[in-house]
Amino acid sequence: MGILDHHKILEKNATLLLIFSFLVVTIGGIVQITPLFYLENTIEEVEGVRPYTPLELTGRDVYVREGCYVCHSQMIRPMRDEVERYGHYSLAAESMYDHPFQWGSKRTGPDLARVGGRYSDEWHIDHLNDPRAVVPESIMPAYGFLRDRMIEPAHIADRLEADRMVGVPYSDEMIVEARADFMAQADPDADAEAMQARYPGAQQRNYDRQAGVSEMDALIAYLQVLGTMVDFTTFQPDPTR
Amino acid sequence: MADPTSDDTGPNTPGQPPREPTPREAEVADNMAVSATDPHTTPANPENRISVGRRAADAENAEQIVQNVPGALMPARPGHRATKTARRRPGKQQAEVGSTGHSWDGIEEYDNPLPRWWLWTFYATIIWALGYVVAYPAIPLVNRATEGLLGRTTRNEVAAEIQRFDEANAPIQARLTSVELAAIRDDPELMNYAGNAGASVFRTYCAQCHGSGAAGNPGYPNLLDNDWLWGGTIEDIHLTLLHGIRSPDDPDTRYSEMPKFGLDGLLDDTQIAQVTQYVLSLSDQPHDAAAAQAGQTIFAEQCTACHMEDGTGDRAQGAPNLTDAVWLYNRDGQADAAVIQRIIHDGPFGVMPAWSERLSEADIRAVATYVHGLGGGE
Repeated sequence: MGILDHHKILEKNATLLLIFSFLVVTIGGIVQITPLFYLENTIEEVEGVRPYTPLELTGRDVYVREGCYVCHSQMIRPMRDEVERYGHYSLAAESMYDHPFQWGSKRTGPDLARVGGRYSDEWHIDHLNDPRAVVPESIMPAYGFLRDRMIEPAHIADRLEADRMVGVPYSDEMIVEARADFMAQADPDADAEAMQARYPGAQQRNYDRQAGVSEMDALIAYLQVLGTMVDFTTFQPDPTR
Repeated sequence: MADPTSDDTGPNTPGQPPREPTPREAEVADNMAVSATDPHTTPANPENRISVGRRAADAENAEQIVQNVPGALMPARPGHRATKTARRRPGKQQAEVGSTGHSWDGIEEYDNPLPRWWLWTFYATIIWALGYVVAYPAIPLVNRATEGLLGRTTRNEVAAEIQRFDEANAPIQARLTSVELAAIRDDPELMNYAGNAGASVFRTYCAQCHGSGAAGNPGYPNLLDNDWLWGGTIEDIHLTLLHGIRSPDDPDTRYSEMPKFGLDGLLDDTQIAQVTQYVLSLSDQPHDAAAAQAGQTIFAEQCTACHMEDGTGDRAQGAPNLTDAVWLYNRDGQADAAVIQRIIHDGPFGVMPAWSERLSEADIRAVATYVHGLGGGE
C-alpha cells in the first residue's frame, strides 16, 4: 500500500499534519462557500433596499449597544406560521447593509425583521418607557432613559465612512451631508427633500415627540424602517432559491 | 539496607544472620526469574519483602492471564507475522486474519474487517447521498446550482403551504367579504369563522396596544366597554380598521387633532387647571368647585366645538365623552387631575395604524366581527 506508506509521513510529523489538515479544510471551504458569491440565485437582487440614513444607523448602533439582538431576532424564516405572524420571509438582500447583521437566534421577544410601520411612534415610546404599560405580560426591560440621552452627531460622517469601508455604498455627498441629514430626519419642520432624495422613503418626523434628537429618536427611526424597504407587492421571488 | 560490600553469597543484614529461602520463596523467585541467592532480589532478604510481595502478585496475575488467553493467540510475537484462527461464528470456517504490519513496541495490529452492520450503513449513506444530490439542489454550476428532480425549495414549500390554507379558507372568506357587515351576525357559520379568525388576528396585530384581553392600556382604548371614540357599530369598527386613526400613510384615515393648549400657549397653566376641575365635575368626580366654575367658561369657549356643550363628545371627530367617567389616558381607569392636565397641555395624538395594506378584507372583517362581539358592539 504505497499511499499508506506516504501517509505515515504525515501521521508522524505534527507540523506537516497541521499544514495538510488546513489544506483539506481550505478545499472544503472553497467548494462550499465560493459558489455562494457568484450563483445568481443566492445573490438575488432586490429593489428598494437602501443604506440606512444617518439617524437610522445611529438607532441601529443603540439597538446593538443595548443588546436587543439577545432577545429579538431579525429573520423571518420561510415557514407558514412565521410568515403569517411577522410578514414576508426575510430576504438576504434586506440585511446586506447590516454590519454585522442582526438575524439573531433567540426569540425571547418577537421577531423584529418587519416591525417597521406596525406600531405608531407613540406606542414605541410608551413601550420603551414601560413595556408593561402596553403589554402586561411582557418581561422586557424598560428603556425610558434613551429619551434623556441627547445625541450630538459629531462623528456621524466617520460612522458612515466606516460602513463605506466594508462595502455600504454611501456616496461622498451622503457623507458630507451626514450631519445635516441626521438633524433633518428628526425635525418635522426641516426641509428634508435633499435627504429624502438621497435616502428614498426615509420618514421624517419627531419620533420621540420631544425637542432635540435623543437616542429614542434614533432607535424608533431604526425600528420604523425595519423590513419596510422592499415593496412586496412587486417583488418576484426567485423560484429556484 | 544491604551492605554494598557484601558478596553474592547471601543477604547480609546487620544484626540478623542470613537465612535460607523457604521452598515457597524459592518457587516464587523462580516464577519471577529472580535469583534466590541474589541479596537484592531474594525473598529471603526481609528488606525485599514489599517488592517481592508485589512482584509475586504480578507474576500470579501474569500467569493467570497467560492461562486465560486462547491458544491461538499465543504465537503472536514481535517480529513474527501473526496468525489468528479465532472462530468468527459458530459453524463457520475459521478465517485467518493477517496483521496490518503496524507494530508499536512489539504490539501488532490485526487487520480485522470492519463490522458488517457498520460497513453496510456506510454504503447505504453513500447511495442516499447520490439520490439526494439528484433529487435536491446540490451542485453549483456556472450561474446557478442544479435544481434537483423534485424541484423543492423552501420558498416553494412555504408558498404551497400558504396556498393550501388559503384555498381551504377561500369559500368561507369569499362569503364573509360578500355579505353586508351587519348580516354577518345572522349567519352562525360566518360568526363561528369570524370569531375564531378574528381572535387570532387580534392576538397577532392588535393585542400589543389593546391588550391580549382587549381591555386596553393607558392611551389605548378599552374595546370591551360600550364607550367608543369613533363609533361602535360594526361598520364604524370596520372603517377604523381599514384606514386607522391618524395613520400617517393613509389619506382616508380618521383624523382629528386636539389643540396643544399648553404647548401652543392657547391657555395658561391656571386656566388649564381650571378646565381640568370642570372636566372632573362633568362626571361627578371630586373636584374644586370654585375652579370648576371658572373652568366652565373656558370650556365653553375652547372645548365645546368638539366635546359639545354638555361634554358628551362627538364621535364624528373622535372627541371622547367627558361625562361618563371612562378615561383613556388615566391608569387603572381612575380620574387623575394631573393626567387630564397633561393631556390638555400637550394635546393627545393617539395613532392607530391602517390595516388595509397589511391584512386582507376577510381578515379585517373577521377582526371587526370579533371586536364588535366583545361586549361593547352597537
